[in-house]
Amino acid sequence: MAKHETPLLDQLETGQWPSFVTDIKREAESRAKNERNIEYQIPADVCEDLLGVLELSFKHGRTHWKHGGIVGVFGYGGGVIGRYCDQPEQFPGVAHFHTMRVSQPAGKFYTTKYLESICDLWERRGSGITNMHGSTGDIIFLGTTTPQLEEVFYELSHNLNQDLGGSGSNLRTPSDCVGQARCEFACFDTQALCHDLTNEYQDELHRPAFPYKFKFKFDGCPNCCVASIARSDLSFIGLWRDEIRIDQEAVKAYVGGEIPPNGGAHAGRDWGAFDIQKEVIGLCPTECMRYENGKLEINNKECNHCMHCINAMPRALRVGEDRGCAMLAGAKAPILDGAQMGTLIVPFIKVEPPYTEIKETVIEPIWDWWMEEGKNRERLGELMKRQGLQRLLEVTGFAPDARMVQEPRTNPYIFWKEDEVDGGWERDINEFRKHHQR
Amino acid sequence: MEYEEAKQKILDGLTKKLKSKSKFYFNDLSKIMGVKPREAKKVVNKMVEEGLLEYWSSGSTSMYGMPGTGKQAAAEHED
Repeated sequence: MAKHETPLLDQLETGQWPSFVTDIKREAESRAKNERNIEYQIPADVCEDLLGVLELSFKHGRTHWKHGGIVGVFGYGGGVIGRYCDQPEQFPGVAHFHTMRVSQPAGKFYTTKYLESICDLWERRGSGITNMHGSTGDIIFLGTTTPQLEEVFYELSHNLNQDLGGSGSNLRTPSDCVGQARCEFACFDTQALCHDLTNEYQDELHRPAFPYKFKFKFDGCPNCCVASIARSDLSFIGLWRDEIRIDQEAVKAYVGGEIPPNGGAHAGRDWGAFDIQKEVIGLCPTECMRYENGKLEINNKECNHCMHCINAMPRALRVGEDRGCAMLAGAKAPILDGAQMGTLIVPFIKVEPPYTEIKETVIEPIWDWWMEEGKNRERLGELMKRQGLQRLLEVTGFAPDARMVQEPRTNPYIFWKEDEVDGGWERDINEFRKHHQR
Repeated sequence: MEYEEAKQKILDGLTKKLKSKSKFYFNDLSKIMGVKPREAKKVVNKMVEEGLLEYWSSGSTSMYGMPGTGKQAAAEHED
């Protein structure tokens, strides 16, 4: 029989969706049986106490977790999030229930052996409950005691060649799409850049000195599979600046129904014959395509890289050859100030190792500005809003570009600075009075 | 600024404010030292290494404090 009665949690299992309550009960049962004779280093009934404290919170309508804590591994200010229960006598198994963030491999590529190893480690030294993956992409270990933190970190770093991820006012674990490893649309090697910046900025990842969190995300193309444009303070989105490559024979094959559109997706229903005019040309947001006399033409100067035509006809259309990425800054979820999407700050930059231009002309000047000017708990996007895009351009030295603005401005005033005006603000009053009476 | 001088400034500054608060943002420490964040970070890191400062994290925000200070300290240590 379960250690605690959980009638309210049991209701959560009755819906049509998979339930985390069922998962935790299953883990509790497995720990109680301990068929593999694991030497548990934290209370074996941790999962039952977790369910118990959650049931109590539902009953009381308030949380029984305290806020944050001073735990960590030596020298690291991130990667461990202290969680303490305020009912330790009733639920001793979760008196400490700290979270550990484990930096996910770039592109989330790992072997089953690696997964087994980290799960075994967490079964022995933690609750066995994981979250694959957190919103920043980390492998999240949920629930262990303070003495186990250093032990887990030692095993991760010495046996599994694995580091902790970012938390708190740090650079968060950089996250990328699967990239060129499996995707033909990727315009740069997202995994290489993600890995390089993770190594380069170890100090920023582990020792907090920023006003608040800071996220890098890398998308190989504008399909934005890791949603960098919406979820990262500095977003890298792969794109090309030459022409979309067209295979006219393949276009004809799509039109003739020989190749299924959208890579065969939406095949669960008969949508009728592929209509290139309706499904591709007519949906082009900049109306820069036409299909006449069996020939597809694209006015590439007007293309805004929306990816729709390439997604619809991937065998016929391919990304260009002159590839790099665009960089956008300031996206964030709604905490202090509402949700924001990224603002374009670098329309195009080549992505080539050792990425010096990206580091020295974009990342570091932006960090210097935000570290000096950012208020406590102010994200980069909020600072950009408070001080203005113009100020960001001044501190970074980027040239203003029409592509940075969404629409012509409605404010007719121009505020010049003294050094932008011939002669500055000084004037000869006598010369002025010659032409203008008092 | 020499490390010893910066260290003393922080310890004095934090002790003075102890009555009202025990956790400080990184920016508060830079202001106490009167230096830019990059420079302040070197001093703060060293003080953490020496056990003179410790991290506090809510999970989303990080703060610094002197070990053993604050309401939670007693509850969070093992003894």
